[in-house]
Amino acid sequence: MNLSVIFGGEKYNFKSLKDVMAKANEEKSGDQLAGIAAESVQQRIAAKAVLSELLVKDIREHPLVPSENDEVSRIIEGDINEQIYGEIKNWSIEQLREYILSNETGDRELKRLSKGMNSEIIAAVTKLMSNLDLVHAANKVEILSTCNITIGQKGTLSSRLQPNHPTDNIDGIIASLKEGLSYGIGDAVIGINPVDDSVESVKKVLHATKEFINDWSIPTQNCVLAHITTQMKAIKQGAPADMIFQSIAGTEIANRSFGISADLIREAEELVKKHGTGTGPNLFYFETGQGSELSAEAHMGIDQVTLESRNYGFARHFNPYIVNTVVGFIGPEYLYNNKQVIRAGLEDHFMGKMHGLPMGVDICYTNHIKADQNDIEDLSVLLTAAGVNFIIAAAMGDDVMLNYQSMSFHDVATLLQTFGKKPAPEYLAWLEKMGIYENGRLSARAGDLSIFER
Amino acid sequence: MNEQLVSMITQLVMEKMGNNASDKSSPDTAVPIEDQKETLIKFHDTVVNANYAADEVASPSTTEQSNEPLIKLYHTESSNHEQSYYSASNDESTYTSVPITAFKFEDDELSESVQAAKKHTPARIGVGRAGTRPRTKTWLKFRLDHAAAVDAVYGEVTEGLLQKLDVFQVTTRVTDKEEYITRPDLGRRLSEESKTLIQSKCQMNPKVQIIISNGLSASAIEENVQDVYLALQQSLRNLNIEIGTTFYIDKGRVALMDEIGELLQAEVIVYLIGERPGLVSAESMSAYICYQPRMGTVEADRMVISNIHKGGIPPLEAGAYLGTVVQKILHYKASGVGLVAKEG
Repeated sequence: MNLSVIFGGEKYNFKSLKDVMAKANEEKSGDQLAGIAAESVQQRIAAKAVLSELLVKDIREHPLVPSENDEVSRIIEGDINEQIYGEIKNWSIEQLREYILSNETGDRELKRLSKGMNSEIIAAVTKLMSNLDLVHAANKVEILSTCNITIGQKGTLSSRLQPNHPTDNIDGIIASLKEGLSYGIGDAVIGINPVDDSVESVKKVLHATKEFINDWSIPTQNCVLAHITTQMKAIKQGAPADMIFQSIAGTEIANRSFGISADLIREAEELVKKHGTGTGPNLFYFETGQGSELSAEAHMGIDQVTLESRNYGFARHFNPYIVNTVVGFIGPEYLYNNKQVIRAGLEDHFMGKMHGLPMGVDICYTNHIKADQNDIEDLSVLLTAAGVNFIIAAAMGDDVMLNYQSMSFHDVATLLQTFGKKPAPEYLAWLEKMGIYENGRLSARAGDLSIFER
Repeated sequence: MNEQLVSMITQLVMEKMGNNASDKSSPDTAVPIEDQKETLIKFHDTVVNANYAADEVASPSTTEQSNEPLIKLYHTESSNHEQSYYSASNDESTYTSVPITAFKFEDDELSESVQAAKKHTPARIGVGRAGTRPRTKTWLKFRLDHAAAVDAVYGEVTEGLLQKLDVFQVTTRVTDKEEYITRPDLGRRLSEESKTLIQSKCQMNPKVQIIISNGLSASAIEENVQDVYLALQQSLRNLNIEIGTTFYIDKGRVALMDEIGELLQAEVIVYLIGERPGLVSAESMSAYICYQPRMGTVEADRMVISNIHKGGIPPLEAGAYLGTVVQKILHYKASGVGLVAKEG
């Protein structure tokens, strides 16, 4: 494995594969915080050059986190199809990039390729992709998933309706829910982040959302994003949950800091299959985001793009219904500004799709990061062009519980209309029946929450 | 959780403050109303909010309307701030003959359904649309609130508040704001002088150690900490749980509680810290609680009660509730995921 290069008359030596992978990243404050980022722009490009000439097998044969020490590595390793890996193991990363971008390579080829790559290989090729590469390549893939309804079809853009409330007040949650539905939001999931992570509170919100869905015969699914153990208890006590949510990370230690393990997720899978209200086969919802391993001091000197990719390797083992990165939420110490958030959003979406995942994005920012609503509107256009499965929306983009800004109900409707896309077919049929959509777009009545009054 | 106990303690604290208030306003002392508001814990605000919590959260727009004709971003903004805001928008003194009027954000009559729905949530609902886009005034209001939130990030807690709380101040290894946001590792460690100071001033091996930090919003601490602290102390006293020596940390991060837990060998730490400012409130405080936090404690073992502010969980109730959480943690000798597991 050659880790040196003469580039622009200068000699660059990299210490290890870990070092090349980190320094080949686009600039991220999190990699700088970890002390592993490129020290100059030229060194960054030199690292990309070295990486482009490494072989696929170099990366698999030099694991950054050995399987002996880490269950995430074991899961990723165990899911590789050796036949397909054998076909690509002698390719350089440069060849891999050009294969992905080739006009001869489409949805079927990329899905096959996906089964032969581990998460580090997918991260490596991501580091050689420009932003438009990431948009173009991700858009080739169509990933369908089914809980109660099926989402992800080409030409659709689905959304998670996020009617959070600062005290989990049910009437308040329902008020925001009605508003969102009146804009045609919520085909991916109606998902609430609870303030109070207690079993009682989670049960209450699950019951209220499920009753509303049933009352109005809405073809969608509900979820309350409490800790997995709390949701499991709620389900055991008879609460109606269509899927189970959990935040995940890319190393076993980071997962442990979240209070989870692969065994716990398997246990939840058994439970939700037997006692959940969702049809399936896809019954999990996972959230990720660059920087969480570093934040949990469980990054092992590995860069945040590679660790994020390992999230997806872990996620795909459990056949989730939806996965989204919460890009922009974590703070400026990991993604400093609009430029870094936009790059990370495109990387995460692409890496998720390359893992075969039904990938969505919570396109967002906090008030202490150098970004504003215009920046996330930019990213939403890029991700819609990239064929993102779903995005998250709150009333006017202002989440009054989590205190950050995401996309608005208006934004989802605007993206759909601008790009000529539609909500998921079953949901669209319901929207038309309710008079919220007409001729494939918002009706005159849309946006009026009194639609949901009898 | 023990709701009866929470409401009992809330009641107790409110009565106490009510007595104080009537003492102060007796003719003898003749404290002007304005000063009184400054020196007392915000009794009136809290009572109003305790009512909200029993029913529903006030819509911020309702509050705005009652304060016509000013744009009220946040309740704490002094009239001075408002003054400077308006004069800033006045282009020099060229147009002094034109009266400056407050920009009106609400122009339409809202339907009854929308009015009813808005009573239940501070979310920006019932806003209408221009095609698929937000209306102009809705958009401007959003941008203005974001601007205010950005301007509210950080800030320093006033010396006066620390005196009122009777706490001493320590520092982390962070030197300035920029370093605070880009170097969380430094905000998770105490400066060397502070370690010595804490060791010399604090009671060792406390059952409950309370610590306070501005975090990302000093105004969150200014607004809420007195009520929460008072109610928490009262609650713990009622439960016969002994409290260590409380202190304040400038620019602390959540995981700093691990080093402090280690240093003082505390059994439980309650950490009151300013949250990142949001659009609805730049004054939201969180309370993190952990059983035996030590270097290497995992996040899943911390518990948090967030959204402590006027429009969220009322500070007094939060304080009383925290006391009952501490009691439970001491009983099970675990917090967070560990507590959920032990509770069965």
